[in-house]
Formats: sequence, C-alpha cells, structure tokens
Amino acid sequence: MSGVHRLRSYEHLDSPVHRAPATIKLLSAFLLVLAIALVPVAHAGWVVIVLLALTGVARAGRVPLSAFVARVAIAEPFVLGVAVLSLFQGRGVAVFLAIALKSTTCVAAVQLLAHTTPFQDVLAVLRRARFPAVLVHTIGLLYRYLYALVDEMHRMRRARAARTWQSRRWGAWRALSSVIAVSFMRSAARAERIYAAMRARGWS
Amino acid sequence: MHVPDGFLSTPVAIACAALSVAAVAAAASRSRALLGSRAVPRMGVTAAFIFSAQMINFPVAGGTSGHLVGGALAAVLLGPSAAVHAMTSVVVLQCLVFGDGGLLALGANVLNMGVLHPIVGFAVWRAVVGRIGPERSPGAARRIASVAFASWVATVVAAATCAGELALSRVAAPAVVFPAMVAIHVAIGLGEAVIAALVLATILRLRPALLNRPRPATSMGGAGSSVVLGLVASLGLALFLSPFACKWPDGLERVAQRVGLAPLHALMSAPMRDYAIPGVTSSFLATSLAAAAGTLLVFGLSCALGVWLAAPSRS
Repeated sequence: MSGVHRLRSYEHLDSPVHRAPATIKLLSAFLLVLAIALVPVAHAGWVVIVLLALTGVARAGRVPLSAFVARVAIAEPFVLGVAVLSLFQGRGVAVFLAIALKSTTCVAAVQLLAHTTPFQDVLAVLRRARFPAVLVHTIGLLYRYLYALVDEMHRMRRARAARTWQSRRWGAWRALSSVIAVSFMRSAARAERIYAAMRARGWS
Repeated sequence: MHVPDGFLSTPVAIACAALSVAAVAAAASRSRALLGSRAVPRMGVTAAFIFSAQMINFPVAGGTSGHLVGGALAAVLLGPSAAVHAMTSVVVLQCLVFGDGGLLALGANVLNMGVLHPIVGFAVWRAVVGRIGPERSPGAARRIASVAFASWVATVVAAATCAGELALSRVAAPAVVFPAMVAIHVAIGLGEAVIAALVLATILRLRPALLNRPRPATSMGGAGSSVVLGLVASLGLALFLSPFACKWPDGLERVAQRVGLAPLHALMSAPMRDYAIPGVTSSFLATSLAAAAGTLLVFGLSCALGVWLAAPSRS
C-alpha cells in the first residue's frame, strides 16, 4: 500500500521556508504554475532552471530530497500517461517533452508548497479567502481525523489478514469492502461522539 | 484522475474553477445555519473516511491499479450536497497538504471528483432505485444494483469530462485522449462498482438504520441548492463532453466557427492545428452502439450482483 508514503509530510518542520507567510507561498506557487503553463513549447527547456531552483528551495526547507523526489514520482504515471497521448499529434516529440517537463515542474512546485506550509496556515488562508465557514470546518476536521481513520483501517486490514487462512481473489475483494463498510459505520459513530464532545466544550 | 498542473490551458482551468465555485457555494448555501449542528463533525469525519478509503488500491487488468473515488457512494450514503461538501474537502486537502493534483487544476479536480462524481452518481442512483420513501422502500437487491451501476457511470463520466478538459486544453487530440481515458476508467469503474456494492451490502446487513434515518442532506441546502447543483453538473457535462458529442474531431471548433465565437476559436486552436490521428476511423454511430451495449452489459451485471449479494444465503 502506497498510503503511508503518501501521507508523510514535512509541513511541521522548522525552517525559513516554513516560517514564510502562507499567503505569499500560496500566491507565488500559483503564479509560478500559471507562468509555467504559459511557456510556449519551443522555449520549454528554460523550465529546467525553475526545477533546479525548486530543488534548492527544498534543500533550504530541509525537506529530504528523497521524499521530495518520491512524492513527485507518484504523480508521474498520470503526467507521462497523458503526455504520451500528445505524441499522436504533429510535432509530437517536442510537445511530449515540453508537457512532461512543464508538468513535472508544476508537480514539484505544488509538492514543495505542501511540504513547507503548516496546515494551520493553510486553513487561515482559506478562511481569509472567504471559503464557506462550513467547508473550512470540514477540511479542518478531515485533517484532524484523517490519520486516526487511516490507522484504524490499517489495523482492520491487518487483523483481517491475520485471521484469513487463504484469501482467494473474490475473498480479497470482500475483505477489502467489509473493511471500508465497517470503517464507514465506525466513522458515523465517531462523528456522534465528536459532536457530543464539541458541545460539551461549548461549541455552538 | 487527479490532474496535475501543466496540462490544462488557462481558459479551461478558469471555466472549471467557476463551475466548482458555483457548485460548492450552492452546497454550502445554508452553511451558516449548519454551524454548530452535528452535520459539521459528521461531514468532517465522513470526508476523512473517504480519504482513507481512496488510499486502498485494487488491481485493474494489466498490472495497473485503481482506487476508489467514492463520490457516488458518498452521495448515496449522505445525500448529494453533503457528498459534494465532503468530496470537495478531500480534493482541496489532497492538493494543498499532500500535493496531489495541481493548484491551477484544483477547479477541474473539484469539478470532476468533487461535484460531477457525486451528482451524476446520485442522479443515476435515484433514477434506477426509484424514490425511497418510508412507505415505498426498495429491496436490498435493487439498492445494491443501483449503487453499483451509479458508481460505474459516475466514474466513466468523470473520466470523460477529465478527457474533455484535456482535449479542450489542446494537450492531446479528442479522438486519442477520450478513448484512452474512458477505456481505463471503464475497467476502474467496475472495481468502484463492486466495492460500492459490497460496502452497501455490508451496511444493509449490519446497520441498515444508518441508511434509513433522516439524512444530513435533507437538512442541508434547500430546493434552490439542488437546482444549482444540477445546473452546474449539466453545464460542466455540456461544456466538457462537447468535443466528443459531435463528430469526433473538433466538433466544438466547428460550433465556435458557426456561432461566430472567433476569439474563443482562436484561443482554443492556438498552439497546434493539425492532428495526425492514426487508426481512428470508427464512425460515430458504431462508437455509440458499442457504448450503449457496454452500458447495458454493466447494468445487467449490476443487477446480477445486487440479486446475488442481497440473497440471504450470502450473509
């Protein structure tokens, strides 16, 4: 399962990059991505400089390069898969290389943003950007309980695997979905408990 | 299906973002009234549930693996506007905290997975299962079959709109990107359908009360918000499926020419004009027939799955 790998984030580290205001980081990431999207195919080679610069910022942010590369690699199947489709057009190879390079750089930029922006800052930016209050609450709670639920699902899968003598294909599907179903039922009960706890602490 | 940055052209990204904002605003139209209610922790935890369920991979043919999107399942379990809410939170968090999917493409990802998947899924579910009322409650088999079929349709439609966005951005020719995306997601959608069916069957067996109680959706958003959600969904479908709705290559371009949208036309055809598409000779009619046959086949399979899973001996 690729799960654990995907959830490891370095947003909690402390570095000059992490301390920079989240609004500026978000805006500059957005503008950078926009600028890269507008680079014409013929000049796409220059984007390499941006990619190198991003790697430099990752170093300054103490994000381990291996983790950075691994997370960028997770997005590569989609990037390359779609880029390959562009081979079927005129000037295919140039377009393929340009798209692959441009979107890899964009993925790196977004990954860097994710790795260096503490989640509370992200929430504050969303609140200031006038996101609906309920949505911001939902995102906050989602983040708060995400790791608990993922852990619980892992435990259930391990327990299931430990008790199943031999899992045939269909059996694996059934096990998978019963884990998901039980997780849903538990999350409904958990939500009730959380609501009671929130009310008890004066949330209204 | 998370589109990274670098694929979508700016006009497409802006159009997607506008549609997503409208849909999310509609889903949250009565959000002030909800603050302080149990709907908020419920949606937060459900969003976390969807996130963790999305992390479980299942094998698809050919060594690749897919994962659940879960929008249609969430819409059936929670109701459409709560599902849009939860799915949107998931997609936003995946982008901003885990870097999954692009920043500029966030609008498109929210539209495909956060809005269209649950709304299309819910529409299909309602159409197949009939109205669920306290007096007319459909049987378990019918519900399971409906959720399976709805999940499959929602996944294929979301993939098709994703392909439409890519095609309109001139990343790849419509006649190439559309069959590629749809073919993969016809298979992934089958996995989604089987898991959704099994999940619903398990819930019906163990905690049927969770599905029959008044859903948080009914307290969320009035008739107005569902009208807006439906409108946004159909607009998105019309906009991004149009490159394929007319004859394969460049239907939209022709429409733009005829209507006289010269700037739009120039915008869309700017980077590259001539496609050389090898091996695409299938006529529109043949493709439509194949699609209809495939859909009927999946519908039949869903019904069989529903009957089989609902049979008492399976429990």
